[in-house]
Formats: sequence, C-alpha cells, structure tokens
Amino acid sequence: MMLSALFFYLFSIMCIGAAFMVVASKNPVHAVLFLILAFFNAAGLFVLLGAEFLAMILVVVYVGAVMVLFLFVVMMLDIDFAELRAGFIKYLPVGAVVGLLLLVELVFVVGTWVTAPDLVHNAPTPPVAEVSNTKALGNVLYTQYVYLFEAAGLILLVAMIGAIVLTLHHKRDVRRQSISAQVARTPETAIEVVEVESGRGLK
Amino acid sequence: MTIGLSHYLTVAAVLFTIGVFGIFLNRKNVIVILMSIELMLLAVNINLVAFSSFQADLVGQVFALIVLTVAAAEAAIGLAIVVVYFRNRGTIDVAEIDLLKG
Repeated sequence: MMLSALFFYLFSIMCIGAAFMVVASKNPVHAVLFLILAFFNAAGLFVLLGAEFLAMILVVVYVGAVMVLFLFVVMMLDIDFAELRAGFIKYLPVGAVVGLLLLVELVFVVGTWVTAPDLVHNAPTPPVAEVSNTKALGNVLYTQYVYLFEAAGLILLVAMIGAIVLTLHHKRDVRRQSISAQVARTPETAIEVVEVESGRGLK
Repeated sequence: MTIGLSHYLTVAAVLFTIGVFGIFLNRKNVIVILMSIELMLLAVNINLVAFSSFQADLVGQVFALIVLTVAAAEAAIGLAIVVVYFRNRGTIDVAEIDLLKG
C-alpha cells in the first residue's frame, strides 16, 4: 500500500513537471521529448489503476507513433522558433489568471462531487484474478461496444486518407510513367518508315 | 496514506490546467498548441480510467480507448495541415492564418 502510494506520487509529480516543461521549454524538440516523458508517467498511473492494456496502448501507439510524428514534423519544418516565442511574456499573466481560475473550479468540482446512489454499471469489471484486464476489455469492446469500435476504425481511415490527400503534391517538372499511354502505343505511332535516297542520307 | 479517486482527479485537473495555460502562453506556435491539446486529452483519459477503476466498471476504459483514437486522428490531420500551411506560407504563425478573411 505504502509502495503504491509512493509510486503514485512519483508518477504524478513527474507527469505534471514534464507537462509544465512542454508548455514552458524554449526548444520545441525538447517540448516533444517532455511530452513523451509525460505520457510514459501517465502510462505508469494507468498501471497503478489496473488498466494495463491502456497503459501499453499509450506507450506503443502514443509514444511510438503520434509523438514520433510530432518529432518528425518539428524537425522537418525549418522554423525560426525564437520569433514565434515573441509575446510569451505578454501572454503570461492572462494565461496564468485563466489557468488558475480553471484549476480552482476543477478542484471545487473534485472536492464536492458525489456518486449517484442508483448508479448502473454497464460493464462491471470481472475479478482480476480470473480475467486479465486486456481480455475483459476485449470481451466488452467486441460485443457491447462493437459499433463504437468500428466507428473508431472509420475515424482512423478518414484521418489516414485526409492526411495523405493533404500532403501529397505533384511536382510539374518531374517526368512520370504513364502506363495507359505506354499500353496504347501501336506500331503506327511508334515507328516511322523513311525512304532514304542513295548517296544523300537523311538531313 | 491510501490513494483515492480524488488524488487521480487532482492530477488530471492540474494536467488539464497546464494544457489550457500552454495554449495561452504559446498562441503563435501551432505545434505547441497541438501538444497542449494532447495534454488536455491525456488529462481526460486519466479521469476516465480513474473513474473506471474506482467504480469497477470497464466502460470508462472503452471510452478512454475511443478518446485515444480520436486524439491520434486529430494529431495526424493537424500536423498534415501544419505541413501544408508551412509549404504555402513559410511560417506556422497562427496570427498569419488569415487567407480566408473570416
């Protein structure tokens, strides 16, 4: 019990510190790396909560794919980040005030909420000793929430097509293979028979 | 010293606040704004998983999975738009995204 409390404080303090460095660091590459650290610590919190599958998904999909995509984009674009940080100090007070107000509101909500007495459990968690978290989640996801699952797949498909359509562009001065033109070639269009007069040759 | 639901909710609240703060602080840099949105979605996920764990109900984890999916799609599309915008204008300053004159 003591150990899990210790790990909770470790993960949460690391997570919050890394999150703060994401918004405060000067170099966006460092910001992405701090975001990766924050996600790792959030995965640790998920493990403490008994959601191992989501923790692994967070590490594999989020750190492995989305954050690496961020890193690629940050490194690929040649941007003067110092110029983008102009006005950082100017916006600091209003950002701090809004953030503080929001935090106070959220803490009030956290402090006073109560669970409804007639709460209905849609998918009660089976005992961990019998069914692992991944299996239990699959049992619910592929039966009760299969439409939600397929909608998620559709969202990913649309995102993939959208990203490809947005970023694909054809350069005009690049010569490309035109397969239909190659297949449509006939001997008449491909070669020309020329009568060459003896002793004169072709001009 | 037991860790209860409110501990996790507080961590999520602080993370969400940092995300909002980041949007105010870096309002010129689209990439940092996208990262702040990721932080806010992470806070929402921590909330969902914490409730799921303490109420012994798996639905929260299913919802967290869906939020992760939408966040991944949003990041992919957002970064694609950033790349296209940078190709056209040579900057990613949010204040200069005014071609539509809206």
